[in-house]
Amino acid sequence: MSGDIRPATPMSRQIAEHRSLLVRTLALPRPVLMIISLLFAGFIISQVLVGYLVISGELDGKWYDIRDLGNAMVSLDGVIRNSEMDSRISLALAYLVPTLLGATGIVSVVGGWLLIGPWVERRLIAKFQIRQGPNRTGPFGLLQTLADALKLMQKEIIIPRGADRFLYFAPPIAVFIPAILGWAPIPWSPKMSYADLDVGVLFVIAISSLGVLAVFMAGWASNNHYSLLGAMRTIAMMISYEIPISVSLLAVVLLTGSTKLSEIVLWQSEHGVWLIMIIPFAALAFLFASTAEINRTPNDIGEAESEIVAGFYTEYSGMKAGLFMGVELGNAILVGALMSTFFLGGYTLFGLEEWIPGYLILATKIGLVYFLFVWIRATLPRFRLDQLMGFAWKFLIPVSIALMFLTAIESSILIRWDVPNFLSMGLIAVVNIGAAVGLTLAWMRLLFRDADLSAPPPPVLTREMGGLQAAKALRG
Amino acid sequence: MTTSTEPYVLNIGPQHPSTHGVFRLRVVMDGEKIKDLDMIVGYLHRSMEKLAEERTFTQNIPFTDRADYLAAMTGNLGLAIAVERLAGVEVPDRAEYLRVIFSELQRIASHAMANGTLISDAGAWQTPLLYMFREREKILDLFEMTCGARLTTNYMRIGGVAFDPPPEFWPALQELVDELPDRIDEYHELLVSNEVFLARTRGVGIISAEDAVNASLTGPALRGSGVPWDLRKTDPYSVYDRMDFDVVVGKSGDVYDRFMVRMSELYQSVKIIKQAMSQIPSGAHKTDIPLALRPDVGEIYSRIESPRGEIGFFLVSDGGPSPYRFHLRAPSLINLSLLNELGRDAALSDAIVTLGSLDIVVGEIDR
Repeated sequence: MSGDIRPATPMSRQIAEHRSLLVRTLALPRPVLMIISLLFAGFIISQVLVGYLVISGELDGKWYDIRDLGNAMVSLDGVIRNSEMDSRISLALAYLVPTLLGATGIVSVVGGWLLIGPWVERRLIAKFQIRQGPNRTGPFGLLQTLADALKLMQKEIIIPRGADRFLYFAPPIAVFIPAILGWAPIPWSPKMSYADLDVGVLFVIAISSLGVLAVFMAGWASNNHYSLLGAMRTIAMMISYEIPISVSLLAVVLLTGSTKLSEIVLWQSEHGVWLIMIIPFAALAFLFASTAEINRTPNDIGEAESEIVAGFYTEYSGMKAGLFMGVELGNAILVGALMSTFFLGGYTLFGLEEWIPGYLILATKIGLVYFLFVWIRATLPRFRLDQLMGFAWKFLIPVSIALMFLTAIESSILIRWDVPNFLSMGLIAVVNIGAAVGLTLAWMRLLFRDADLSAPPPPVLTREMGGLQAAKALRG
Repeated sequence: MTTSTEPYVLNIGPQHPSTHGVFRLRVVMDGEKIKDLDMIVGYLHRSMEKLAEERTFTQNIPFTDRADYLAAMTGNLGLAIAVERLAGVEVPDRAEYLRVIFSELQRIASHAMANGTLISDAGAWQTPLLYMFREREKILDLFEMTCGARLTTNYMRIGGVAFDPPPEFWPALQELVDELPDRIDEYHELLVSNEVFLARTRGVGIISAEDAVNASLTGPALRGSGVPWDLRKTDPYSVYDRMDFDVVVGKSGDVYDRFMVRMSELYQSVKIIKQAMSQIPSGAHKTDIPLALRPDVGEIYSRIESPRGEIGFFLVSDGGPSPYRFHLRAPSLINLSLLNELGRDAALSDAIVTLGSLDIVVGEIDR
């Protein structure tokens, strides 16, 4: 069937008249094309100049070295400390200014994402689902999120009868606390990190369990069975999946010998590997458990739309529901950042971070992990609650603990003997992958020893009609 | 210390994402387990059967559009055949073939919708549903080309069909029929071996063949339980006895089998359409009947195979231009009746998937 038999709707006309960006650019008038090529040439020349600066080492540590925004902060700190102010004031300023600037930076990253994230997610899912997605409001539909937010803000806030008012109003704000605090220890560049805590990994684990509180409050205070069911499911799932997260992070800590996030990144950079290459099971367990933590498919049972409407935030209306939805997106990129930092080399890219700003590399990695989340969401149905809990307790936790002990042995060997790097890393990778595959298969065989794992039989084609007798004959 | 939980009542519907319309389930739950389940229908009641007594037989055809609004063509056909049998109206051959083509197209569209929503109920983010809508859209385009409407077609007439398809219909249909098997293969690749989907549907909502027969289930819900019963074969109407096709039967009667029966019936429907396209004769597409058809005094129960099962019309004529009694045997209502037994002691998620696999249309339940 071709397009001409369909009635010409504005959308179908737009699809028919669509040209690619390249074709549209080449069709521009000549002077505009000249200006564009001049700008492009200027960009190339400036890049060559920057490259020269980088090679000469002229740029290292200067405040205008934008490969690492931490440099500017260090210079600012120096300016404040060396100024001729009262030493108490300058000390206070030296503490306050970077704190506020950094916090603003983090909040604007999260806030900016909330502005653009829903559009990205909806467009991506639309592409997976062979449709267009939002493309009407503003250029490419970019203002759609803004329009949605404005609409949500105008809506009436309905408080259900019998709701606990304080507990009902607190959660939409409370869910944002872990979503923003979690960004603090993440290193964006060597010097660019809000709080490079010595106990970074512990901090991450502690913060990630905070989200449960808000969910609990929301589910309990709403005085609705859907909310309560959603909250129960989410809490059960989050608590179960925190264990595999902690265990896989423990494997990271054992191998790198540090709980400091920047040192974990540096260890990966020094050894020239990403941790996902040498402890893949821990990485995958972390990824899967994170999808449970942030309530995304296939683990979105906490707000399973077809079963319990919107889960713990069923009773929230207007912008309050919008905040819950927004924080999910924020958590998705936070998990992407943690995943990249722990397992994908953080801001490093095998030496390329000398040339490209580290935060751009990290942002790209976050984007890739996020894309994976969207892909999974667009593809898979969701599990049942007991299946999910069974997966965590029967499979993920025992296997990742066993593999964690293996990692402990490996790391103690690594400390004691001086083996060439590529050899040790290669050996660890081979041993770990082999152990993960073998252990998974053996464990599965044990778990499903009685289960029928054969492929489902195809339906039977028949021409013999009849009732129960014929059914019995068919069953054989 | 012992802990115990109290059962509580959860109202699923009338407005709920997975009740497929305005239909309410009052569920008594203990934690995640369903203890008891009441089905409450009637939110979409439009008094169709009573209204039908005031209208002529032809004027009643639009009601059948709105009963099973996902399969309007088969609803139309059911009433048309019932009245023809009651009044003894002859139908030209071309009309019979057109009826077969359109009801099989409708079956594909309806099964695509049923399976798509079933997977959405299982939690997939509408992706399979929208893929299946791609083919459904093309079928609805064909409907629109022929009779101007996409959903409430009002196409079948007593003694034939309303319009002969326009000339551009046939190449478009040919193109669709050629590409459909590939598309269905694509769904098989995407869904049939999907581990999450298998885990959610296999062994869930099992209906034994005995239960299915005792509860008078029909359609894919019955065939999924392994009973080879299809009115197109057992009680052939129109020209189905001239078609060469198989009936698809499941093995264990779980949600997955009902899904697979619908999935495989798509191939059989394509096969039937291909044969009908090659056999269709030229000629008139309807016989002329009086505007106010007055059948002799009598009554008839006539049934055909709709995508959801046996759709039956019980008509009583007192010799007047409108039916004295008009009753619709809706397959959705009777297929739904087993949900109480299926849902009890199941998890909420399983009950929702089971409900999705029974493929109800509330317009038909409440009429």
